[in-house]
Amino acid sequence: MATAVGTLSHTEDRSRIWEWMTTVDHKKIAALYGVTGFIFFLIGGIEATLVRTQLAVPNGNVIDADLFNQLFTTHALTMIFLAIMPMGASFFNYLIPLQIGARDVAFPRLNALGYWTYLTGAVMLTSSFFLGGAPNGGWFAYAPLTSLEYAAGKNLDFYTVSLLILGVSSLMGSLNFAVTIINMRAPGMTMMRLPVYMWMTLVVSFLLILSLPIITVALVQLYFDRNFGTNFFTPDTGGDPILWQHIFWLFGHPEVYVLILPSMGIVSEVLPVMSRKPLFGYSAIVFAGAAIGVLGFAVWSHHMFTTGLGTVPQIVFSASTMAIGIPTGIKIFNWLGTMYGGNIRFTTATYFSVAFIFLFTIGGISGVMHASPAVDGQHQDSYFVVAHIHYVLFGGAIMGIFSGIFYWFPKMTGRFLNETSGKWTFWLLFVGMNLTFFPMHFLGLAGMPRRIYTYDEGLGWETWNLVATIGVYVIVVGVSVFIVNFFRTMRQPQTAGDNPWDAATLEWATSSPPPEHNFDVVPEVHDRDPLWYNRDHGIAPAAKPEHLHIHLPPPSYMPLIVAMGVALLGIGGLSHVAVAVLGMAVVVYGIWGWALEPTE
Amino acid sequence: MGRSGAGRVIAIVVSLVITAATVGLLYIAFVDSANTPQTTFQAMSENGQKAQDVYTLIFILAGIVFAGVMALTLIFSLVYRERAGGKALQLHGNSKLEVLWTFIPVLIVVVMAVPTFQVIAETTGAAPEESLTVHAVGHQWWFEFDYPELGVVTASDLHLPVDRPVRVILQSKDVIHSFWVPQLSGKVDMVPGHDNQLWFTPNTPGEYLGQCAEFCGLSHANMRFRVFVHTEADFDAWVQGQLAEAATPAEGLAAEGAQQFTLSGCIGCHTVKGNALAMGVVGPNLTHFASRTRLAGGMAENNEAELRRWLSNPPAMKPGSIMPNLNLSPEAIDKLVAYLQTLQ
Repeated sequence: MATAVGTLSHTEDRSRIWEWMTTVDHKKIAALYGVTGFIFFLIGGIEATLVRTQLAVPNGNVIDADLFNQLFTTHALTMIFLAIMPMGASFFNYLIPLQIGARDVAFPRLNALGYWTYLTGAVMLTSSFFLGGAPNGGWFAYAPLTSLEYAAGKNLDFYTVSLLILGVSSLMGSLNFAVTIINMRAPGMTMMRLPVYMWMTLVVSFLLILSLPIITVALVQLYFDRNFGTNFFTPDTGGDPILWQHIFWLFGHPEVYVLILPSMGIVSEVLPVMSRKPLFGYSAIVFAGAAIGVLGFAVWSHHMFTTGLGTVPQIVFSASTMAIGIPTGIKIFNWLGTMYGGNIRFTTATYFSVAFIFLFTIGGISGVMHASPAVDGQHQDSYFVVAHIHYVLFGGAIMGIFSGIFYWFPKMTGRFLNETSGKWTFWLLFVGMNLTFFPMHFLGLAGMPRRIYTYDEGLGWETWNLVATIGVYVIVVGVSVFIVNFFRTMRQPQTAGDNPWDAATLEWATSSPPPEHNFDVVPEVHDRDPLWYNRDHGIAPAAKPEHLHIHLPPPSYMPLIVAMGVALLGIGGLSHVAVAVLGMAVVVYGIWGWALEPTE
Repeated sequence: MGRSGAGRVIAIVVSLVITAATVGLLYIAFVDSANTPQTTFQAMSENGQKAQDVYTLIFILAGIVFAGVMALTLIFSLVYRERAGGKALQLHGNSKLEVLWTFIPVLIVVVMAVPTFQVIAETTGAAPEESLTVHAVGHQWWFEFDYPELGVVTASDLHLPVDRPVRVILQSKDVIHSFWVPQLSGKVDMVPGHDNQLWFTPNTPGEYLGQCAEFCGLSHANMRFRVFVHTEADFDAWVQGQLAEAATPAEGLAAEGAQQFTLSGCIGCHTVKGNALAMGVVGPNLTHFASRTRLAGGMAENNEAELRRWLSNPPAMKPGSIMPNLNLSPEAIDKLVAYLQTLQ
């Protein structure tokens, strides 16, 4: 049942919804990831807004301690696992085949399964608010606060089960991405001609492949501790709460780079195109990204400087953490080097990328500051660290994602987002995020601990807390302007053209939006910036052949069935074992059907 | 190739002025925040001062990098902004330059690392022999302080002598807490089943604010304490006071309160030395309750009004409080307040 291009008979008799539910097209799956991720970005934003509203004034009374703890925990989980990672996966999905000159990812059905399991985990995690209470032990879920003794409800079981499901989803995605990038590059595209964005995707994929099994083990252990009476982390019975911290951060720190590296890749695509010159120091940026990935596995204990590590481990992990500052510094200099001597078009995408350099640097600086345990003794668990992570994740990851949205939107939809509105979004987000997060440095300096639902007056914390809360509302306005821009743009005609930015990478060699098969003729690559090479050497795009015989994988509902089985498994893990058994049966049925599905 | 001549000079000057103004304003705000009651930047102990010297150095380096990157970003944005007929310089990199700017972060990191490692080596080892030992024990959600050499047990207020090293053994009875008095020392966690240690030598008498720094559940925000650093004579006097047993009042409302203390079951959780029935160890030792400045895990001032509010419904004041609402009658509260206030 192959879908031959040009004969649309298969799609016409399917309903639109069925088409989306059974799609294995990487571009459609990217759209699903992107829209779902953005919706969860809004949910995470609502959670943050409630948290900040409670903290606007001393002894605030907007929400109670219990809801506050649920909200700050789910804010982190939502932003990390349900918003930033899926939005990253959306770009990966969309761009990998297009940037390397392939027709799809290596395992299209696995790709679909990745999305549906993500949706399952995301809905499960968020539904906990309505099913007895959301996770309330912090996203790091330190033992023994998460043991049955101190956390009796189902809150923490929602945490373990949904994170396990989300982990499976990310693992499938990363394997797929790594295999695709390594094996399916267009002729001539050597590894050192890969776009930097592809390199960062590859590094992120390996980080996830290596780190997700670690958190999976930890989550299973925690689930067993809570449900089957094992004793991995409870000290009364010989378990060790510090063990949890080691396992968690051995995953948790690479995870930080999973969140930031994709945006570093986006900036490395946008800046050269908008500056109209090649990326400065391509190899340095690539190797620096890989070095960050490797070092990311050697620094986890800097999250634990205050746990009584001892003198030597403190020095070792301090040294390895400071070392990460070196490749990071190299990247920052190279982005500045890319701007140097350019003829820079200041589009909305450029604004976000330039702001990324500056804001991410602030997060990088504070990160290197608390690499020193002497300083970290004051910073750890204070608002200084809250400022730090938000400069990295909002100033870095989110600014990069917005840059990517404005940059690739014409490719994805054939339409330009409105630039005037886009610049409003930029300035509102830029001012809003600085108002929200810069004062947190001052609060940390003034000794305000994190994760407190209330504080007394008279500690010098009033002004900056109020400013931070006002900042959040500015961000809310900025995001709203973007949403309006999106819906208005989607009603415009598709006039963008193939390569509106005069960009250099292969995705701009095909139509906007690209056809289902991506390229009529798979392009040949002669240079790191293939389209600029072709432009400068007068190489015309290959003519469209008269007959296209391109076989694309047919749609399949098996991924959906497997994901439903996974959902039942999860529900079983939270309720009764019989449901889990049913879920297992559905998973087996789905995989069976999947294996026997005809590909032709 | 960007703006040239006057345009370029103006762009650079504007960028530098904006950067200088930003750094200046941030500096003012930082100084202002360092002058607050729970400041992390006014060390009042020797080890704290050593850490703060490193902190200061790192702050200066951070400020330089911040200003440098901000100025360059602004200058490049203004100078190389698109112009009609402008041409971009086509270059792929510059090996010399790239090697140079690999060394800039290396240099910064080395300048940070050397003093950091020195301070860690000096301050995280064993405490000096002559140290005063205090066991600080974290409970959900209050701090207990036990001086094993002196036979004193108290809560929420920690009293220390000036100019004598103190060895704080950190323990927890339930979940992980963290002991943090920013002006005296960086924080160290209190981990159940695993004693941690921290030492410092307070060098200035005074009152310092402390707070739990590791998320520990519902009332994490309410888990606070104070440290009082005394001259040696004052500290000895305080110890003598704490060693005395509590006298059971013979008559009046306070005497009825002592009976109420038994009747309402307070004795099950609280110890009052001198009251043979009160031997509980779940809640704070109340032998010298009235001599403390704070109650309810350090969240409120220890005065009659707050004490009444606390006794009338503890979980309403401190969410999740392990002390339940005993539904005490107003008369019972009157009696208990009278009794508790005799426990000097």
